[in-house]
Amino acid sequence: MELALAPETVARWQFGITTVYHFLFVPLTISLAALTAGLQTAWVRTEKEKYLRATKFWGKLFLINIAMGVVTGIVQEFQFGMNWSDYSRFVGDVFGAPLAFEALIAFFFESTFIGLWIFGWDKLPKKIHLACIWMVSIGTLLSAYFILAANSWMQHPVGYRINEAKGRAELTDFWLVLTQNTALNQVFHSFSAAFLTGGAFMVGIAAFHLMRKKHIPVMRTSLRLGLVTMAVGGMLTAISGDTLGKVMYEQQPMKMAAAEALWDGEKPAPFSVFAYGDVDEGHNKVALEIPGLLSFLAHSDFDSYVPGINDTNKASQEKFGPGDYKPIVPVAYWGFRWMIGFGMASFSLGLLGLWLTRKKFLLPAAHRTGEDEVPHLVLLKRPLGARLTRLYWLLALWTMAFPLIANSWGWIFTEMGRQPWVVYGVMQTRDAVSPGVSQGEMITSLIVLTTIYAILAVVEVKLLAKYIKAGPPELTEADLNPPTKIGGDLRDADKPMAFSY
Amino acid sequence: MELHDVWFVLIAVLWTGYFFLEGFDFGIGVLTKLLARNRAEKRVLINTIGPVWDGNEVWLLSAGGATFAAFPEWYATLFSGFYLPLLLILVCLILRGVAFEYRAKRPEEQWQRNWENAIFWTSLLPAFLWGVAFGNIVRGVKIDQDMEYVGSLWDLLNPYALLGGLVTLTLFTFHGTVFAALKTVGDIRVRARKLALGLGLVTAALALLFLLWTQIENGDGASLVALVVAVAALVAAIGANQAGREGWAFALSGLTIVAAVTMLFLTLFPNVMPSSLDDGWSLTVTNASSSPYTLKIMTWCAVIATPVVMLYQAWTYWVFRKRIGTQHIAEAAH
Repeated sequence: MELALAPETVARWQFGITTVYHFLFVPLTISLAALTAGLQTAWVRTEKEKYLRATKFWGKLFLINIAMGVVTGIVQEFQFGMNWSDYSRFVGDVFGAPLAFEALIAFFFESTFIGLWIFGWDKLPKKIHLACIWMVSIGTLLSAYFILAANSWMQHPVGYRINEAKGRAELTDFWLVLTQNTALNQVFHSFSAAFLTGGAFMVGIAAFHLMRKKHIPVMRTSLRLGLVTMAVGGMLTAISGDTLGKVMYEQQPMKMAAAEALWDGEKPAPFSVFAYGDVDEGHNKVALEIPGLLSFLAHSDFDSYVPGINDTNKASQEKFGPGDYKPIVPVAYWGFRWMIGFGMASFSLGLLGLWLTRKKFLLPAAHRTGEDEVPHLVLLKRPLGARLTRLYWLLALWTMAFPLIANSWGWIFTEMGRQPWVVYGVMQTRDAVSPGVSQGEMITSLIVLTTIYAILAVVEVKLLAKYIKAGPPELTEADLNPPTKIGGDLRDADKPMAFSY
Repeated sequence: MELHDVWFVLIAVLWTGYFFLEGFDFGIGVLTKLLARNRAEKRVLINTIGPVWDGNEVWLLSAGGATFAAFPEWYATLFSGFYLPLLLILVCLILRGVAFEYRAKRPEEQWQRNWENAIFWTSLLPAFLWGVAFGNIVRGVKIDQDMEYVGSLWDLLNPYALLGGLVTLTLFTFHGTVFAALKTVGDIRVRARKLALGLGLVTAALALLFLLWTQIENGDGASLVALVVAVAALVAAIGANQAGREGWAFALSGLTIVAAVTMLFLTLFPNVMPSSLDDGWSLTVTNASSSPYTLKIMTWCAVIATPVVMLYQAWTYWVFRKRIGTQHIAEAAH
């Protein structure tokens, strides 16, 4: 079966769907692992029961989430070979190494210690059990680091040479691949966005319970932890986004020109608030702009020159030969805006919440609340009324997925903004696809994977909702008396396991 | 021995680790229908691998990632060539992972039954398909001068490869059965030992046939030694099981897997994917491998990381060394 589509179109849709889907789980996994580890540390240090209940509650949601992250990650490891065999042949010498490092160093770590953590409550002494979740957290961070380094090489290839005889790229400096500024900035940006995502998730769910005045001590603690995570994560996301943007202006001017729908270079260049244009003609029909701001975003001064789409396209044609080197401009333009918009909306809500729920700072003593009270939301001197309070809780709940939307658009923007290149300046996407795989086969796998992913999404969200509504579990005698020996207490041979599938 | 030869060995080690470890995981999955008499017993079986299956599966991801890095051409030809079977394996691994984690997360009968069926089928199919895949790799498939697979799906379903599939399926199930006998307590342990005898004999017959066929087609002296070790270990495993030496039975069924995989890789070398169309078009350790620099970095990584991984994975097995029976499975709180 051959359709009238470019050979890479189906493969691109599959990669887009499976990767965006996979990345819904990744940031939550990264941040929830660390947040759960933090809560468990608080339990081990203070022995306050609310921390253990919080650990069990967030830990459960983390596990439901990471299961999906793990299984969708398997596809990621193999679809380069399946759909992108010419890409794999051409870049494997460079690109394969970080992937192999990820598996050998990070995946093993993550997957082995998660088993120990899930089943280890009655098998491991408290501190060793705690160490396991920290190991998982380190594993998730390492894993993301190697993958982002690999992706950064596609954005900005370094540390390689082209072997003409073999017709492929070969690694010359692995350290450079791991530490080039694209990689470091992408890692910084993705990690901080991951924590914004986890913070918003935590705040949304805590707000849901606090609005109903349920599980107050656990949710109060979770709310504060989530808000601090959102504020810090959001701030760092903004800062790293700015530095990553400046790197991209240097390395991929086309992507950034498309992000602004800046058709022709300008000095100083304005920041576009809204634009509607004619892609074929190469100009905007409607444009609302802030003068000079784009120059500042690109180069930290208000009057420098920023090249436009048409100029960059011409420059690419001179360098690489005839062709069209533009990405799909509206996707880049709106993807960029939705990434920033959803991310910063969430960050603002977190900042606001942090101020509203402050404990002592500029807060009249009369409005301070105890451990088992729902915190008052105090804007200036007096608490907000019931309606506004409820509105804040609802906003927190409804917008808890905002960072997920921002993350997705961030990836769609950066990947589609790099087109027509798969490896920027080195290999075009149309040359990367598997020549031996028929469109029928690719469409089959696209349909099969999309269908399974859709079904699993419903299953996962329903399961999350069930456990969110159920709230933190009551503690048992066994929870409060963890074993002192590795392997657990062997005296009572018939004691049921603390956790079983 | 050059670095690409080292990497041939390391890839073989990763696949061997994968089949040794996930072999009994798959076997346990098959046993949920073959051995378990009720829900409680199913749960006992599943929980014998509960803490470890995820770590075991990473051996596959490492084999895949390492093949990509060390032999990009092999990775590209194999995964684009065996497209649909590989897709089926991926689908199975997706559903299987979710099934383990989600099965007990709802109390409804139907929910749990669905995931239990998923565990059975998604263990059985990959156990069979990996054998088919390796049978085809060893036998050689239609690869053209550009290293592209040009055969069809039906070419992959030849008698030799299908026999290979039956061997991995039965061998993994046998391996899972002796693992179940080693890790459980009570009635199910007794029945596992009984089942292991019959399964072991069927496995031995199929494995002998497949390995002899391999030896006749592609074998040499070294592969013959591996063949003898594999078959002897399997017979000894059956004997140890009959004698009630469960630890030995498991170690020996593991040795069977190690020796059988070793034999396949020995017959393969120095090819990594022979072409059945023209010997000159085969993928070899030389023409499919990465540059010496990449291989050097990868070697450092593997030489340091793999022993550490083995150490902490072994520790996990030690932590969960206690046998489990139906009395250890609490009614899950929902």
